[in-house]
Amino acid sequence: MGPYLAIVSARFRMLLQYRAAALAGLWTQVFFGFVLIMVYEAFYRSTDAAPPLPFPQLASYVWLGQALLATLPWNADPEIRAMVRSGAVAYELCRPIDLYALWYARALAWRTAPTLLRALPMTFFSMLVLPWLGLPEWRLAPPTALAGLGFAVTLAAALALSCAITTLIHITLMWTVSGEGIVMLLTALVSLSSGLLIPLPLFPRAVYELLTWLPLAGVADLPYRVYSGGVPPGEIGLVLARQLGWTLALVALGRWLIGRGIRRLVVQGG
Amino acid sequence: MNGVRLYLRYAGVSIRSQLQYRASLIMQSVGVFLVTGVEVLAVWALFSRFGQVRGWTLPETALFYGMISIAWALTDALGRGLEVFGAMVKDGELDRLLLRPRGTVLQLLGHELTIRRVGRLAQGCLVLAYALSSPTIAWSAPKVLLVPVAIAGAICTFLGLLVLQATSAFWTTEALEVWNAFTYGGITMGQYPLPIYRSWFRGLFLYVIPLGGVIYLPGVAILGRPDPLGTPALVQWLAPLAGPAFLALSLVAWRVGLRHYRSTGS
Repeated sequence: MGPYLAIVSARFRMLLQYRAAALAGLWTQVFFGFVLIMVYEAFYRSTDAAPPLPFPQLASYVWLGQALLATLPWNADPEIRAMVRSGAVAYELCRPIDLYALWYARALAWRTAPTLLRALPMTFFSMLVLPWLGLPEWRLAPPTALAGLGFAVTLAAALALSCAITTLIHITLMWTVSGEGIVMLLTALVSLSSGLLIPLPLFPRAVYELLTWLPLAGVADLPYRVYSGGVPPGEIGLVLARQLGWTLALVALGRWLIGRGIRRLVVQGG
Repeated sequence: MNGVRLYLRYAGVSIRSQLQYRASLIMQSVGVFLVTGVEVLAVWALFSRFGQVRGWTLPETALFYGMISIAWALTDALGRGLEVFGAMVKDGELDRLLLRPRGTVLQLLGHELTIRRVGRLAQGCLVLAYALSSPTIAWSAPKVLLVPVAIAGAICTFLGLLVLQATSAFWTTEALEVWNAFTYGGITMGQYPLPIYRSWFRGLFLYVIPLGGVIYLPGVAILGRPDPLGTPALVQWLAPLAGPAFLALSLVAWRVGLRHYRSTGS
């Protein structure tokens, strides 16, 4: 366990150096949150029928999405990309530790450090500052105790799942080298099926049912709705089972692929 | 050699170099098309659930959506040099530009003409074609002309924003992500009719950064419906001029910034 912990903590310390960038990103995301909420607000006020996601839950959904953006598996770590491209990946193979676990630990550090930096001030702003600015209907409402506990657990599972997908992306780099094409396709897929683009319950019923069973719903949509009470506390166990089931399946797939990848890996450069 | 010819030569070089990686270029263009196409799908899903947004229908909204998509796709392709300007200040690359007897903005625009943006352009054109084929629009020759004029106005506004973003690097030596709020936030904002937003937000995109005005106001004139904001027809037809005015002002700021420039050395 030691070496993996060391990798996680080293990456953490490195990423935490970029505080000004995090602040700039915070402002951009707050602004984006405003635009999104205003658009949804306009749609919600255009109908008398009750939408499947009540407006306060929708506002929480938007803010959680902005706060936790960095946890979504929509891109590849530029460091690993550079490694595969330059041939430095050979050094990774020399290390006397399991490559899959190593890359998984890297992904975990890369996804959590920026999130911590962004999520705390975002939560502070959207929960406490917004009502003070006179926009209480737009705020991130605090969860009930039970929902909050459920959110903590499902968010941890979401992170585990997201890192399994991220590691899978990194493994595909062994085949494609540049990886630009795959990453772009992934961005489209992730934004559509995780709930980042529009909350999944707003899709037509059949599409929504299908999307909640796919792995990406477990990365964002399901935990966000556990938070706001949209998923009743009794169903949290089911959400967790879906998330962990997908995580195990994707880790197994990743392990199998990485074994094949190493056997045919051509180290670039000289 | 005059500015236009020099720019064309820059663009030619850039295109030829990108064509060296043809397979990658095609994949990336298709990728951009899919990513932005998924966004269209989301808007469609919202309209299929809610029917309309504050009295605006999907074909009407598609007009704004298509115009701003096209405008941003072209700006993003043209303005790549302005987007990477922060890095140029940081590593002193700008000094090389200053040594050449040509305008810096021209050289920055010539940095790259990014072809893969054609994916977003294609998406925007498809959405616009859908909007323009709506039978409710009463066409006339001036209206046909107003579509490209409005897009040009939006391109000028976007370029102005990129110039301001680059200008801020003179003081901070770092590309500032804060401007992305206005460019990317502005794209999302401009995809929907302006009256659906709150008044402080409308004011920001009408009077400070005229991105809302240059797309929405001519759009209302093309659709031929009364404007809920109550603007007279003359204002709607003249609104695209706010784009070049904004660009001109941002170029003044650029001049001031350039005089403040001090190389990072090395």
